[in-house]
Amino acid sequence: MNSIAPLRPGVFSHPTPEAINPYIKAVQSISDGVPTFWVDAGVIVEVMQTLKSDYALLHDLFIIDERLRQHRDGQPESDFTVVYHLMSFSLNADVRIKVALLGDKPSMPSICNVWAAANWYEREGWDMFGVVFDGHPNLRRILLPPTWKGHALRKEHPARATEMEPYSIDQDKLDYEQEALRFIPEEWGMKRKDDDTEFMFLNLGPNHPSVHGVFRIALQLDGEVVVDAVPDIGYHHRGAEKMAERQTWHSFIPYTDRIDYLGGVMNNLAYVLAIEQMVGITVPPRAQMIRVMMAELFRISSHLVFYGTFAQDVGQMSPVFYMFADRERLFGIVEAITGGRMHPAWFRIGGVTQDLPEGWDTMMRDFIDSMPKRLKEWDSMVMRNSILKNRTVGIGRTTLEEAVDWGVTGPNLRACGLDWDLRKKRPYSGYDQFDFEVPTAERGDCYDRAVVRIEEIWQSLNIIRQCIDNMPEGPYKSDHSLAVPPVKNRTMKDIDTLINHFLSVSWGPVMPAGEGCFPIEATKGQNAYHVISDGGTMSYRTRIRTPSFPHLQTIPMLSRGLMVADLIAIIASIDFVMADVDR
Amino acid sequence: MDELRVISMIFILIGGAVGGAAVMTWFERRMLGVWQDRLGPNRLGPFGIFQVAADMLKLLGKHDWVPPFADRPVFIFAPTAIVIAMMLGFAVVPFAPDLVIIDMNIGLLFFLGMTSLAVYSVLLGGLASKNKYALMGGLRSAAQMVSYEVFMGLSLMGVVMLTGSFSLPAIVEAQRDWWFIVTQPLGLFVFLVAGLAESHRLPFDLPEAEHELTAGFHTEYGGMKFAMFMLGEYLGLMLISCMITTLFLGGWLGPFLPPLVWFFLKTAVVILFFILLRAAIPRPRYDQLMSLGWKVMLPITLINLMLTGAIALWQAEATL
Repeated sequence: MNSIAPLRPGVFSHPTPEAINPYIKAVQSISDGVPTFWVDAGVIVEVMQTLKSDYALLHDLFIIDERLRQHRDGQPESDFTVVYHLMSFSLNADVRIKVALLGDKPSMPSICNVWAAANWYEREGWDMFGVVFDGHPNLRRILLPPTWKGHALRKEHPARATEMEPYSIDQDKLDYEQEALRFIPEEWGMKRKDDDTEFMFLNLGPNHPSVHGVFRIALQLDGEVVVDAVPDIGYHHRGAEKMAERQTWHSFIPYTDRIDYLGGVMNNLAYVLAIEQMVGITVPPRAQMIRVMMAELFRISSHLVFYGTFAQDVGQMSPVFYMFADRERLFGIVEAITGGRMHPAWFRIGGVTQDLPEGWDTMMRDFIDSMPKRLKEWDSMVMRNSILKNRTVGIGRTTLEEAVDWGVTGPNLRACGLDWDLRKKRPYSGYDQFDFEVPTAERGDCYDRAVVRIEEIWQSLNIIRQCIDNMPEGPYKSDHSLAVPPVKNRTMKDIDTLINHFLSVSWGPVMPAGEGCFPIEATKGQNAYHVISDGGTMSYRTRIRTPSFPHLQTIPMLSRGLMVADLIAIIASIDFVMADVDR
Repeated sequence: MDELRVISMIFILIGGAVGGAAVMTWFERRMLGVWQDRLGPNRLGPFGIFQVAADMLKLLGKHDWVPPFADRPVFIFAPTAIVIAMMLGFAVVPFAPDLVIIDMNIGLLFFLGMTSLAVYSVLLGGLASKNKYALMGGLRSAAQMVSYEVFMGLSLMGVVMLTGSFSLPAIVEAQRDWWFIVTQPLGLFVFLVAGLAESHRLPFDLPEAEHELTAGFHTEYGGMKFAMFMLGEYLGLMLISCMITTLFLGGWLGPFLPPLVWFFLKTAVVILFFILLRAAIPRPRYDQLMSLGWKVMLPITLINLMLTGAIALWQAEATL
């Protein structure tokens, strides 16, 4: 167990898709090894259609404002670059397509007809960068308020409150903002009445006991039957991607904790892995194993919250207290090891903050030994309850094709029967050394989504036990110069070391120009940070691909024709975190 | 002298019932705490019992607000209706041999009538709020209560057949040999479920289903009006428990202890059972609740009715 291989063992290779050769204008080499091709905006729909047969998942779609970027060697001229990151389940490979757009009001064709999931991503692109996607069914702001001026992720948009006028709101402005939030069914192509029914439009949220945060769904109801639903997100938007552009590489780590706030260090992992991959830092085996152990601990924590709230939203009052009590014991361990609870910000580029404290293994072992008995009890109380089964079996079903088309990943995808888990398919951080199963289910309904998650708790317990039994000795941090400052006593001997030390302590590391993305299997699905360095102390662009964002987009599809109570069960079973959606 | 006795009993009962409902809020929270591995309100006074007073003071101090868009008179009347109806229902409960305010020969029907009136409270509250969640809560309660009313009444007819009277003290006396829990188990089961539905508590709290309708029919209510709804709900729970005790558990009958103590002990056990149900069971969906009512409960009731009738006839013939 002492030899943990580098980040992705066996140098994970992505084949080049031949079919799009005629369209390729330029090829870019990126640190993550994903073949990256530049194509013209005009042919994007053809390219996407060609690729979709093999690359079924639209993993991410985002935009880079290139206007201030200096290190763009070999890349076509571009003001705004639209990036499509596709993933193939059959080939277990990725491909990245980039489209260069020029001018201040760029536009290009929409790919909504190719991928259903593109809808929200393109709206986000318009919202944040002002890129117009022609042919999009409803191109409107998604994360920022409808009254917002400007496009927030453009480089000219202020990043700090001090760069703007102090914010104030008077009665007129308040009324104006309130009015802008009014739901107008016609804007969404909905009818107010049918031949014989007048529909009721119900605002579910942004504050509602079951929406798990601030999330609004406008419902078109016929009696209690959901005719259509429009999810409205953005109430939890904090501009995490913008913040990344003004935080040093290290000081952004605490912000990542707050993206999927139930995932804790799992977020750190996706971020630091992307940077380590970009600049080539090798992480020592002990640090890798500590990371895996803590990440799995947080997977359990997140799934426990899911378990409790899932039962609660179906109307069962008690389970949530039991699950939270378990989570509390788990946080006790997290606190003993990291000093933090929900947001430990404990991983560092090149390793972890500190070594494990004395006695960590006893605490961990106590927790792991106590869990099986309790999980079995929860199972008989929640999952085998016939009322709960009646409420969730067969409700909110998706087929595998639909799920993939909408960009669903993680446990929600595995509930449809595909055993796609990046920990197995593309082992990172030493996951290939562990013995664990990837649970799947068949029906893809609310109940199955819960079944998969609960089985994952068992698997995570198993992984943590293997970590305790096989924890290697050695350093907990890489000695790479970009990860840690030089050793203090050497700085007194020569000036170059002193300068280096001074810079990396006062500025933080200066990352060489580069680009890369590292998808990991987070608690709720695939999480990835696409980081771009322009050779500075801060990131030039950090794109955060979160699993919950596409998941929420499936709510209308899942809930049409069902009842309001079913919608609540569906929301509970999707297991999202609004901070993870809005960033 | 008799009038004086009745009047004093009425006042004691009103005070006792309201006080009992208030203490029950605390008792329920403490018991839920026990079952859910937590403490519940335990800070104020011995075992936290003064929490009740604190809560009442808080609710009294709340702004008595009526939404400008609501139907004002109905909005104000709605919460009182449930309290009045439930209080009147207590008038026929026989706590002990001579301890009943009014021994009507149709006591059981009076009780059923009063619980049915309580539906208006929820319905009117939901409609008068002019809030979509409240409206849906009101609609749900109307459908739920109307359908559960049907076999709530029918489930008790077996008891009536065996007793030969609608008078509650007579029903208690008829259980000297066997409590009706033994001879009428199906009747008890159906009455229990219907009673839960009538008092709209989890798992049948669909009219207020917090996770779906925020607070359902009382979404717009606050302060003392909200407290009245709560009071009505707890009074309803107590009334149903008293009725189960009277109808199926032999009322005040029992050895050694005085009759009143027996009555309260049995009622407390039933209440505890209701609280435990709330802690344990998830909420069925609206249409599932309906189909449970019409497709399962109603047939069970009818079968029970026919069996009881057949046995009663057979016994009557045998004694002839």
